[in-house]
Amino acid sequence: MTTPSAGLGLKPVHFAQALAAPADGLWFEVHPENYMVAGGPRLRWLEAIRARHPLSLHGVALSLASDAEPDAAQLARFAALVRRFEPALVSEHLAWSAAQGAYLPDLLPFPRTSEALARIAANVGRVQDALGRRIAVENPSHYLALEGHAWDEIDFLAELARRSGCGLLLDVNNVFVSARNLGASAEAYVDAFPGDLVMEVHLAGHSADPALGQALLVDSHDAPVAPEVWALYERLVARIGPRPTLIERDDKLPGFAELMVERATALDVLRGRFAQAA
Amino acid sequence: MMHAATLAQFQDDFVRTLRDPDRPAPPAFAVYRNTVMKGCIDALQANYPAVARLVGDEWFRAAAAVYARAHAPRVPMLLEYGRDFDAFLAAFGPAAELPFLSAVARLDRFWTEAHAAADEPALDARALAGLDPESLASLRLRPHAAARWAWHELPAYTIWSRNRNEAMVAADEPDVEWRPEGVLIARPDDAVRWIGLDAAGCAFMDACAAGATLLEAAAAVPAADLSGLLAKLLDAGAFTNGELR
Repeated sequence: MTTPSAGLGLKPVHFAQALAAPADGLWFEVHPENYMVAGGPRLRWLEAIRARHPLSLHGVALSLASDAEPDAAQLARFAALVRRFEPALVSEHLAWSAAQGAYLPDLLPFPRTSEALARIAANVGRVQDALGRRIAVENPSHYLALEGHAWDEIDFLAELARRSGCGLLLDVNNVFVSARNLGASAEAYVDAFPGDLVMEVHLAGHSADPALGQALLVDSHDAPVAPEVWALYERLVARIGPRPTLIERDDKLPGFAELMVERATALDVLRGRFAQAA
Repeated sequence: MMHAATLAQFQDDFVRTLRDPDRPAPPAFAVYRNTVMKGCIDALQANYPAVARLVGDEWFRAAAAVYARAHAPRVPMLLEYGRDFDAFLAAFGPAAELPFLSAVARLDRFWTEAHAAADEPALDARALAGLDPESLASLRLRPHAAARWAWHELPAYTIWSRNRNEAMVAADEPDVEWRPEGVLIARPDDAVRWIGLDAAGCAFMDACAAGATLLEAAAAVPAADLSGLLAKLLDAGAFTNGELR
């Protein structure tokens, strides 16, 4: 991905259209956990996609912020996929999802202490050693004001990158959702984020919590990217320049064409078309 | 909320609050409880589509929630989640009036296992054509990594296959005939497919899986049916090369 372009999260229902899509610079991102199988058509589909388009592996389960090392078997499975598919990008989350031998299908928060920073930096180091490459770590969505933060989130991420050598994935929707839920400024966060560390950008939709309404936004990935998030994205790209940008949709999937339209909007921002028109 | 001295203490406390709805937590904590539960239920619904179609979304998701509260995923590959969902349904009170539901769940699981099984070549009928009778009799056919079969005392296969397909069952489709039946699910040409199998065919597959020679396995099958059964199984991708490498 030498020229930063826009990609799509890839779901099995869209395989045939994704494979046939002729779009210039189109790349796809998948969750590697869905391809950790012994054999069969899933791997063949992904090989066919990879033969035509760059691929990004976006892990959701290494549980970097657990007070434990990443699970050795899980890391080995991840490394096998990296060797097999040679992805252009590999990323994970500033979160945890493994506890007491169980997998919790969510990205859970933690107090940003120096203890957590040391643990996560060591975990990122282990992952990068096992995969033989640099990974990008994504900023989380927040719903709760936790007690006990010793570090500002951006300082924490920058220090994590300094210690481990990792890059960062900036999810602009997470910034918007978190800022709204915790009463902070999304613009200030985007403006302060270290641009030279950003390897990838995520854009997704959110929704209001069914019980609490607009007072609590949920990073649900089940809707188009919101206008406020597009505005933050334009602000980011104007400051740091273009970066590989993903349209993420995991639920209430629309047709492939609808996702390609959102991707085209991101591409317009990346190529500065909005800035020229203004 | 949740002040803790260490990361480990924080995470222990967080997990306890996730699992116990009676533990006090701020209203926004519900997002985590809901997301974890939705992740488990969505995974079960994706893995058990015929069960979900039979009982409807509401019933399925309520039953899946009961399962998920008792059985957290152990690994992040959610395709593997719910391996014992068939056993859960067999003992699940509200499913007592649906005696075939557990078997249908097992066939959904077979589909997933066939879909994700290791790659290996399927044995072709032509590989057997050149063998003399003695070599054929002593041959041990090995079931393909993707092959799964089962015999049920209920028409679970018919009910499953009608609900596994996306297509609506035609209004004039005859009622399910209430009889025992068997099924073989496999992955010839890299796509999961299935065929009906009689009791002799299932016994034949069991014998092959146990390492029997073709002569020994054939004891389960009426002599007149053997070549037809073998052709049908080979066509369905039931075996891999085994000794014929």
